Amino acid sequence: MTESTWAALSDYSVFSALLVLSGALVGYVVHLARTVPREDTTSDGAMTSAPRVTQQQLVDPAGAPTPDGECSGPALVGVATTHGPDHETGRPDPGPARRASGIAWMLTLLGTALVVAGVVLRALDVHRWPLGNMYEFALAGAMFTLLAYIAWSTRRDLRWLGAFVLAPVLAVLGSAVTIWYTEASQLMPSLRSYWLAVHVTVATMTVAVFTLGAALGALYLIQDRIETGGSARARRSFMSRLPTAQALERLAYAAHVVAFPMWTFTVIAGAIWARQAWGSYWNWDPKEVWSFVIWVAYAAYLHARATTGWKRQNATWIALAGFGAVIFNFAVVNVFIVGMHSYSGL
Amino acid sequence: MSTDQRPTGPASDAHGPAPGGPVTQPRLGLVGWLRFVWRQLTSMRTALLLLLLLTVAAIPGGTFPQRSIDAARTAQWITDHPTTGPALDRLGFFEVYASPWFAAIYLLLFVSLIGCVAPRSRIHWRQVRADPPRAPRRLDRLGAHRELEIDGHPDEVRERLRTTLRRRRYRIHAYDDATLSAEKGHLRETGNLVFHLALIGVLVGVAWGHLLGWKGDVILPVGQTFANTLSRYDTFSPGPMVDVNHLDPFTLTLDEFAVSFETKDRGRGQFGAPRDFTATTRFTPASGPAREVDIKVNHPLETGGGTVFLLGNGYAPHVTVKSADGRVLYSDATPFLAQDNNYTSVGAIKVPGAQPDQLGFAGFFLPTGVIDQQEGPHSVFPDALDPQLALTAFSGTLFPGGAPQSVYTLDTAQMTALPGKDGADQLRILLRPGDTYDLPGGRGSITFDGVERFAGLSIRTDPGKTLTLVSALLALAGLVLSFVVRRRRVFVRVRPADDPARTVVAVGGLAKDDDTAMDDEVADIILSVKGTP
Repeated sequence: MTESTWAALSDYSVFSALLVLSGALVGYVVHLARTVPREDTTSDGAMTSAPRVTQQQLVDPAGAPTPDGECSGPALVGVATTHGPDHETGRPDPGPARRASGIAWMLTLLGTALVVAGVVLRALDVHRWPLGNMYEFALAGAMFTLLAYIAWSTRRDLRWLGAFVLAPVLAVLGSAVTIWYTEASQLMPSLRSYWLAVHVTVATMTVAVFTLGAALGALYLIQDRIETGGSARARRSFMSRLPTAQALERLAYAAHVVAFPMWTFTVIAGAIWARQAWGSYWNWDPKEVWSFVIWVAYAAYLHARATTGWKRQNATWIALAGFGAVIFNFAVVNVFIVGMHSYSGL
Repeated sequence: MSTDQRPTGPASDAHGPAPGGPVTQPRLGLVGWLRFVWRQLTSMRTALLLLLLLTVAAIPGGTFPQRSIDAARTAQWITDHPTTGPALDRLGFFEVYASPWFAAIYLLLFVSLIGCVAPRSRIHWRQVRADPPRAPRRLDRLGAHRELEIDGHPDEVRERLRTTLRRRRYRIHAYDDATLSAEKGHLRETGNLVFHLALIGVLVGVAWGHLLGWKGDVILPVGQTFANTLSRYDTFSPGPMVDVNHLDPFTLTLDEFAVSFETKDRGRGQFGAPRDFTATTRFTPASGPAREVDIKVNHPLETGGGTVFLLGNGYAPHVTVKSADGRVLYSDATPFLAQDNNYTSVGAIKVPGAQPDQLGFAGFFLPTGVIDQQEGPHSVFPDALDPQLALTAFSGTLFPGGAPQSVYTLDTAQMTALPGKDGADQLRILLRPGDTYDLPGGRGSITFDGVERFAGLSIRTDPGKTLTLVSALLALAGLVLSFVVRRRRVFVRVRPADDPARTVVAVGGLAKDDDTAMDDEVADIILSVKGTP
């Protein structure tokens, strides 16, 4: 097989992934739509306080554990699997919704495999780490976002999140194949370093986790608005199918707590590499400036969340602003701003 | 860390004015005011505000061109924006990271950080050495709580729980026979403090590097030797505390400079893209034998007295200028600076020894030259496949007033262009290697002997970089610790049950922050005593 055949296969793989993941997105949307409760089950208690009831059973002194150790059951361990009954509300899904989410999950796995294949085939074509230009960054970013979602899904039921992960992933993949597409090629000398594999890989993974954090943060803000005075219609929308605002906020925080040290590592590794390649570990290159802005913004988010008297909503807005800087750093700085990180290939 | 402790008017009336008199505000005095300002500065809200300010303040440096990175582009931007340019310049938008307002923000932030972290370290130090507190009277008031009646004597059950807690790395203290107080997770606060203190280390390392570091650039054509002395540098920028007369006396000879450019891939922007630069050098350290070293991009040479980076390259055409009677006036490899990716290069040849007037040549070196009407002389490929030298010639005074000038440009203020032979206003000379051109008016000749490559070397030291790196890694380690470790307190209380052979055991857990797993922890601990009969 010639090298350009590998590249062509990679392209086919990515195109197929786009189709398959679009199917998965539809599946997750159907899942959300079909599980919207009917009028008669929308009393507040049934939907929003159900998880809290479970919590209280664990804490409630009255519900002291029975001698036979009932409390060591699944509810205590708190690990929800992806399939089976809905662990957020404790009620089984309606049949069509369950089927839709099952199909969506399988398509997500298949689409992710195709994206991974696209990345690997490209690496085989060029015999180097496949993170050398804008197209490859986008591809790897989409891949890591999907992998992070899948990995997290094995620990808890995240079917409700599927649509909100696949939508940004599809947007990035679509942009990758249309506006950022770059033919497979070799690297310029400054990129020929094992630090490429370290720095850029971790950077891309971090952006994936930030993406999950931003999706959860945005959902939290919406859910919070609905809970504190949304209309009856809003309360009956698909948002009622999602966890409570408090739970969403905690999940968003968890994602950011993972991503922030990763970003710190990205910046440190980048500085070590910058010293190797450019002679100085920090040059205030535009990419470095924006990486610094992102770091400080998320540091502010973590501080805001820990500051008494600061609302969680406002803290989340800071995190979303940080994600805005992440997007700017990728989509704008790479393409339009002159600097030493000009590797977009565009 | 609020300022609520501040004395307020009516509340402090113990020594206040007589009843019925006017309400006087308590006077803070100088010390009071200082304390007030200090409390404000070190409060979490202020730290947060400063962080947000720092975020916003850093943005212009990533958006506008910066003088420290590209002075020419900055000047161009200001020229292109005649109204906003100078105004933004006065505000320091083109030197953001050296501007007073940026420094003010991060210095205040660090003062705030120290003011917050120092007392916290003191408290933490005390807490780490202190025993966990006495168990509260009612464990069922705690966030997580379990009670269980099992077989066994209270003392024995308590010992089993002590073993469990020890296995789970709790520090345990028993204030009496019926309770246990256990605590773990001090590393969380330790990590948090290490993170913040290490950031100070990063700042100190950066400052130290600025004060004691230096960098110098030198252009070294193949075959030439560089000796590490101040006068040999083309540019040299030392930190304020550097002794420039004591540079490490090593030498470096550039024996060979190998380049390769993309010739196969015709994809967007790929044809002619650089693939590899390797400078083969002979390095003679200040003491010790000489050795062969390859310097590449990403593979600098550590000399011990500065690190040699390969940051640029280009062409140095070798040119000989002779007088009409055949005397050699000039013969040297003259570096020309590349202007684009295909190495269309500009430069100047200055011949001060020419008679009766000094001679100067300015123009282009083209490694693979094409001259067309629209673009003028330019190169279409970066490698030297068809090297050409396109020059115009001037005569007059090269260095008017003796002022220093760039070696790559000709100051033609007191020079006149030599006229062309066919009546053109300017003489245009195009030379390929080996060509000689006879200058008009008996001014001699110019020969393009051949072309050498040059390596653009940058030699730098940064004595603060190790401190910066170590601090940054410590900060990262502290950060991970502070996110991973959970701070937990567990209290145990045992009492005999109604059945004398049985014991009622209660376990309560207290967690800081959002610790949703505390409940599981308490359940696991209490179930562990049940599991072992």
